[in-house]
Amino acid sequence: MTSTLPAQARFRYVLRLADTSLVLGQRLGEWVGHAPALEEDLALANIALDLIGQARLLLAYAGEIEGRGRDEDALAFLRDAPQFCNVSLAEQPNGGFGRTIVRQFLLDAWQLELYEALAGSADARLAEIAAKALKETRYHLRFSAGWLVRLGDGTAESHARVSQALAALWRFTEELLTPDALDEQMAAAGVAPPLATLRPRWEGRVAEVLEEATLKRPEAARHPWHGKRGVHTEHLGHMLAEMQHLPRTYPGARW
Amino acid sequence: MVTELPAAQPGARNGREEGVWQVLRTVMDPEIPVLSIVDLGIVRYVHQDKGATRVGITPTYSGCPATEVILGAVHEALEHHGLRDVIVETVLSPPWSSEWLSEAGRWRLELFGICAPSAQRPEASCPRCGSRDAELVSEFGSTPCKAHYRCGTCREPFDVFKCI
Repeated sequence: MTSTLPAQARFRYVLRLADTSLVLGQRLGEWVGHAPALEEDLALANIALDLIGQARLLLAYAGEIEGRGRDEDALAFLRDAPQFCNVSLAEQPNGGFGRTIVRQFLLDAWQLELYEALAGSADARLAEIAAKALKETRYHLRFSAGWLVRLGDGTAESHARVSQALAALWRFTEELLTPDALDEQMAAAGVAPPLATLRPRWEGRVAEVLEEATLKRPEAARHPWHGKRGVHTEHLGHMLAEMQHLPRTYPGARW
Repeated sequence: MVTELPAAQPGARNGREEGVWQVLRTVMDPEIPVLSIVDLGIVRYVHQDKGATRVGITPTYSGCPATEVILGAVHEALEHHGLRDVIVETVLSPPWSSEWLSEAGRWRLELFGICAPSAQRPEASCPRCGSRDAELVSEFGSTPCKAHYRCGTCREPFDVFKCI
């Protein structure tokens, strides 16, 4: 079934998953040494490690599908922003701890639904990577949802901060749930779930936690964004400049 | 196709396979040096495939930095014991579960000061004083596989092997 799909389409789809995990993992890594408490520093670093590990598995697979000899490092470090296909939400700056938690919660809830569905993908390799990532994502969501409730239902200050973050980041969520031609092609082949089936599950889960956190769901987001098609906000380029600096300045450098 | 073993249970093995298992029992997790990779449950199979012996290793967590160190240590240990023509493969499916820890492994972890709950005995208890009055400090600890707790009785902090 999957063999009838053009390799270029499969490559692009796997890259979307890989880049979202990679970019989010890199963002969380920026917290190392700066988190509000040692425990949260460790937690964010651990989640970043899981995400970068998932990205490595996915990038290696994407490189094999492409068949042009690019490995995980070449794909991570030697592409420019327009070639990255992560969803725009993942690249948004950390801001304060509350903003990072809001971004993480929205994406954890989405990755959980996505990986749950992908674990049954017609693409066997993708299915096994998703089954592994799913276990880790459940853990991530417990952390981010737990903190969102503590901050939202916390002090007036913490409530105001996560409310602002939610209002600022909500507009990027439409991209997670709106399919484009590639998403539809993958769904038709049984590789990926139709995003329409993810929407009510994601919305339900998010609504439940927002209610417990005494936070109001922002108004519907109209702008779909296009990160997964390579059209990014200005933040990704800056992040990549830092992430890719060393391997580009010293090609082939080893520890 | 070889049957996937839930943990390192003895099956019908030929002499060479048994020899490989014995060497693997001496390869320790670099982060938890009392635990062999066999007790950790990450060795999925050892089997003969024509001239070569295939060893399947599964990572505990996708991003665990110990995985590469372990793969290197496996090669080194086998070579050191004169076992050549061994192919070490990374297996992803089924994903690793903390239920694959052996009983001996759980016991060694407790002695080392790490609580290792299981599905039958899910609650955390203090590895120092045995108290069940344990409080979760953070779901994430010093390595991807551990969470951080504090004992309400002796007040000492301790690690708990996460159940996944």
